[in-house]
Amino acid sequence: MDTADTNNTLHSVIEGNYQYGFVTDIEMDILPRGLSVETVMAISEKKNEPEWLLKWRLTAYRHFLKLLETQGMPEWQNFNLPAIDFQAISYYAAPKSKPVLNSVDEVDPELIATFEKLGIPLTEQKMLSGVAVDAVFDSVSVATTFRKELSKLGIIFCSFSEAIKEHGDLVKKYLGTVVPATDNIFAALNAAVSSDGSFAYIPKGVRCPMELSTYFRINAGNSGQFERTLVIADEGSYVSYLEGCTAPQRDENQLHAAVVELIALSDAEIKYSTVQNWYPGDKDGKGGIYNFVTKRGICKGNGARISWTQVETGSAITWKYPGVILKGDNSSAEFYSIAITKNKQIADTGTKMIHLGKNTKSRIISKGISAGEGQNSYRGLVHAGRNAINARNFTQCDSLLIGSTCGAHTFPYIEAKNKSVQIEHEATTTRIGEDQIFYLNQRGINTEKAVALIVNGYAKEVLNNLPMEFAVEAQKLLAISLEGSVG
Amino acid sequence: MLQIRELHATVNDKEILKGLNLTVKPGEVHAIMGPNGSGKSTTASVLSGNPGYTVTKGSIRFYDQNIITLKPEERAGEGIFMAFQYPVEIPGVSNINFLRTAIGEIRAYKGLPPMETRDFVKMFREKQHLLQFSNELAGRSLNEGFSGGEKKRNEILQLAMLEPRLAILDETDSGLDIDALRIVSNGVNKLRSSANAFVLITHYQRLLEHIEPDFVHVLYKGRIVRSGTKELAGELEAKGYDWLKDLPDALTDQN
Repeated sequence: MDTADTNNTLHSVIEGNYQYGFVTDIEMDILPRGLSVETVMAISEKKNEPEWLLKWRLTAYRHFLKLLETQGMPEWQNFNLPAIDFQAISYYAAPKSKPVLNSVDEVDPELIATFEKLGIPLTEQKMLSGVAVDAVFDSVSVATTFRKELSKLGIIFCSFSEAIKEHGDLVKKYLGTVVPATDNIFAALNAAVSSDGSFAYIPKGVRCPMELSTYFRINAGNSGQFERTLVIADEGSYVSYLEGCTAPQRDENQLHAAVVELIALSDAEIKYSTVQNWYPGDKDGKGGIYNFVTKRGICKGNGARISWTQVETGSAITWKYPGVILKGDNSSAEFYSIAITKNKQIADTGTKMIHLGKNTKSRIISKGISAGEGQNSYRGLVHAGRNAINARNFTQCDSLLIGSTCGAHTFPYIEAKNKSVQIEHEATTTRIGEDQIFYLNQRGINTEKAVALIVNGYAKEVLNNLPMEFAVEAQKLLAISLEGSVG
Repeated sequence: MLQIRELHATVNDKEILKGLNLTVKPGEVHAIMGPNGSGKSTTASVLSGNPGYTVTKGSIRFYDQNIITLKPEERAGEGIFMAFQYPVEIPGVSNINFLRTAIGEIRAYKGLPPMETRDFVKMFREKQHLLQFSNELAGRSLNEGFSGGEKKRNEILQLAMLEPRLAILDETDSGLDIDALRIVSNGVNKLRSSANAFVLITHYQRLLEHIEPDFVHVLYKGRIVRSGTKELAGELEAKGYDWLKDLPDALTDQN
């Protein structure tokens, strides 16, 4: 088969359809477009926030302006950042029906129906057993399930807004300690205008008996989503957290600039998994979410453990580097990632492992899959400080190419400040060949299934780290994402 | 079972098959021999539906159905199997998972329910033994890091598991040492039945000492120029292929 033919065949596989592109018609309370001190104050006022928080927001906003003026938008990434008109975005959009905190059954049926359509049942009768869900719709959390059951163990799981009201001390103590408002321009913007998100606190010695999860849905047009998630695992506790997200199909791009902070105290463990399926834009690259997210955890105490697992299939552009600061001695961190780019999608993703404590360990497994004209970059920093005696890192960075018009790039950075550090880096690049597809065809397996088989085999090591129910979902998602990528 | 009539096929716009005729009945073993470049592997590729090859003329009937328009996976569903000359490696996909998927898909094509795990395991153990295929190999990714001989044994193991009606072995003997050749041949001989048929594509007579063919055909310049019984293979071994050059171009296919 000649090359042009191969490309055509491969091309036709990459045009799978996005299943979550619908819009919910619901009455909304929307702030006028534009970003100013007034916007920040209006959001804070809507949420009835304490003084300290408003101050923090305003400081962040000033920092955002300063960065914008003095440095402009970042340019180090491996793609051209499209111009973002921050004045064209509405920074707050919430369903008019009041958030109901006591019972999920009182939530607006339209919202319940929306989440059900997304595969996230919220009503008591239909809730997924073993998974507590906080459902975030545009700028606000609309429902959180299993709250009572969890509170019996002292676990706090609620919306960020509620946490500010009910658990202000905890929020104040930890907010911005891992991702400071000054961290980067998007983190600064988030701190200024974030309107909601999820909050979880696991008390000392408690093993959270169910998966905690947040499901993010962008619905309103011309708006952005700027949520903030804070998870605190007190000494010796354990929690597994999962995050999912989708958005309607629109021609314009929408900005999603979230911040997630994880704090693991001594001997605590946090597993944080993300299945990111924001609207990726159409096959010509029109529309889609700009997913500019800052996620970071800190192993604050000795023996703490944090693990990030991410399956990134959506968004027009993904830019995120979930990292871990390994401050406590003997603490450990993991980063498992699958990032798929097809059509004209761009992903610049990876991790930062900052080893500060002694005998700290980190492991990075990154699997990029590029199809169509997708561009996938792995960017990772492994840093070992002067006191990080015997710090160890293992990095494996694999790229899988489908077709010949896509790209895979890797940017590993390594900084070791003492001689006892051991850092390993392995990388491979492979291509799904027409010969592999034909081989599987000849054994009765059609092309779509053949690609799914190969991709799932390739991604297995990462998928295995997802909670079971979600691993199955993620596996299907991978198959759907690549539907039409090879034909 | 299989009737190929006046088949012409091209690859990269170059005509390779120029009027191939062949008839295969259930229970038969046919050997197609010929020098390099005569169209042996093209025949296998065209029969299995490799999209890189284009049929420009003629017909391939398989049980009363013209299969030229069928996709490769549909042909597999109909019971056509090809043992590849160069089996590919597919990292991350376990042999077992691959086989289960393939069996499931072929059964689904035939309208059969999925095979019970218990039955699958039992069948696999049996065939594994037949091909002396170790658990260690079975547990690995599909052909990953396999030696040439191990890959060929895996092809025949798949053949044994998928139970096709027609199996085409494309130069399965190439690159095999004598022990592997014996294992592979023994496997094929055990799988022969009155219901299935084999087409062995080979350059050398060596394979035919282990698997006795009912018919031997000589393929030259895209058509079959001589057909006979197994004695023909011996004759070719003695004479080589040079005599073919002296054949008149207009020689018609006698098959």
